[in-house]
Amino acid sequence: MALQVASWPPDEKLTAGLIHVEKEDGRLAVKTLRDLPGLLREGDLLVLNDAATLPASLRGTTGGGDPVELRLLSEIQDGTWRAVLFGAGDWRDRTEDRGPPPRLVPGDVLRFAPSFRATVSQVSDLSVRLIEIRFSARGGELLQKIYALGRPVQYSYLRAPLPLWEIQSAFASRPWAVEMPSAGASLPLSLLKEIRRCGIRLASLTQACGLSSSGDPVLDKALPLGERYEIPEETVRLIREAREINGRVIAVGTSVMRALEGSFLHHGGFLKAGMGETEFLIGPGYSPKIVQGLLTGLHEVGESHYRLAASLLPDATLREILKIAERAGLKTHEFGDLCLIL
Amino acid sequence: MNLKDKNALITGASRGLGRALSLELASAGARVALVARNRSELQKTEEEIRAAGGFAQALSGDVGHKGSVYPLVGQAARLLGPLDLLINNASTLGDLPLRDLVETDCEGLSRVLETNLVGPFRFIKAVVGPMWIRGQGLIVNISSDAAVEAYATWGAYGISKAGLDHMTRVFAAEFEGSGVSFLSVDPGEMDTQMHAEAVPDADRSLLIPPEEAARRLKQLIQASDSVPSGSRIVLAQWKEASHGPSSGQLAS
Repeated sequence: MALQVASWPPDEKLTAGLIHVEKEDGRLAVKTLRDLPGLLREGDLLVLNDAATLPASLRGTTGGGDPVELRLLSEIQDGTWRAVLFGAGDWRDRTEDRGPPPRLVPGDVLRFAPSFRATVSQVSDLSVRLIEIRFSARGGELLQKIYALGRPVQYSYLRAPLPLWEIQSAFASRPWAVEMPSAGASLPLSLLKEIRRCGIRLASLTQACGLSSSGDPVLDKALPLGERYEIPEETVRLIREAREINGRVIAVGTSVMRALEGSFLHHGGFLKAGMGETEFLIGPGYSPKIVQGLLTGLHEVGESHYRLAASLLPDATLREILKIAERAGLKTHEFGDLCLIL
Repeated sequence: MNLKDKNALITGASRGLGRALSLELASAGARVALVARNRSELQKTEEEIRAAGGFAQALSGDVGHKGSVYPLVGQAARLLGPLDLLINNASTLGDLPLRDLVETDCEGLSRVLETNLVGPFRFIKAVVGPMWIRGQGLIVNISSDAAVEAYATWGAYGISKAGLDHMTRVFAAEFEGSGVSFLSVDPGEMDTQMHAEAVPDADRSLLIPPEEAARRLKQLIQASDSVPSGSRIVLAQWKEASHGPSSGQLAS
């Protein structure tokens, strides 16, 4: 069983398929995104991830002249990043088909442009793909070079190279993500306006979505690694208010759920405003404390997003969603159709 | 808008009104991202603001290119934080010397519209969403009296500015009551390099120094909570008009 694959951003977002699932009784219905406002209630709160997406794929060469592709994963501090290293080839090759990257050791240098390099500071024990690097530039200069030379991270099921324009949500603010927070990017502003007119509130946080796939089964199993987030005071206040009036807190995307539940767990049972880093993998057996609902893409069994959704629904229901999605001809991946768990 | 600790992006910030306004906003406590094509001129403004204790970040890029918009807005938001204020100030006169509309190349008109109208449109698209979610933001489009008066030889420029004025009104209608405001501002005829290129033999004593226009524009921005979104403000006239609580500070 496999879902069809969305190979390009849709021209019309509102006609995306939307599978509506009620947690109470496991009832499923196939709708479209246009129906979303009617599935929500006055007093509900949608929490969005407002991270914009960096062009996080850099092409370069090793000291020995081997070509590499570096996909930025997360910033450790200014100028120092965790990254996933690939050898020859590009996004058109399936990540799992890409050969092992050139063997690097700390001190090795990667060159991206004559005046732009990175020095390897660490190679992970977990996977030779996972490295830590120090760039030759910092701050605004580094960011300028990433925007000038980087390309969006993308995968082999897409039809063509993605312009940076196509991987930003309508409410994208600080570029913290290296992969698009896709559930939010499927929502046009006009739909969010209608949702607000229906008395449903909106709040945002910023969560630095990392990579969803590295091609190395050992590393893939460990993804997502820790991801930085920031939750504004206003969002904490709106979540408290929603609970007081029996509104549901609905995460738009798994990144939002990870940030909210991560903050709750980190602070020993309290949601707190401020910065943090997700440290917990949420999956079956965890019962979410902040989030009652989730809007997310359609994910195949075993993906980390799937495991996360398993904290809200039994496995049998998740499999049923995929079966119905397949029958309805719905599509998976970041530009595909959606699922609303309430 | 209280400018203290607000994050602003200003296009066309290397010269004239854009440069002067950047200095004004920074001295009022705003953090400013300076956008223009010429990096070395921009860096001078950046250094001047930093030397005075302000926060400025020079970002070079061409506002007339679609591919520049997210890199510029992204760099600004990452280095400053979520944007509160966008000033669409960059603009071009088109081919010089100015010529009658009928003599203007089709491509020449397109280039002017791309920089003066489509450029601001793209920047607004890229910044208005997060402003709308947070329920606050101000977008100022720099217009001209050529948007209203039909001056011979100013056709391409005037058309682009008339379009910009109307775009301001449409955005204001679509975001009414959201906390995000749109203003179109005619700063008057200023003594800038751009003006000298358009009217080489102008009597400069009759022109407004850009620093003077920038100071008034800063005051307008500070008083913008009481200015209806979608307004077209002629800066010289606004100074004389009374706008409630803001008029006191304007007398200074």
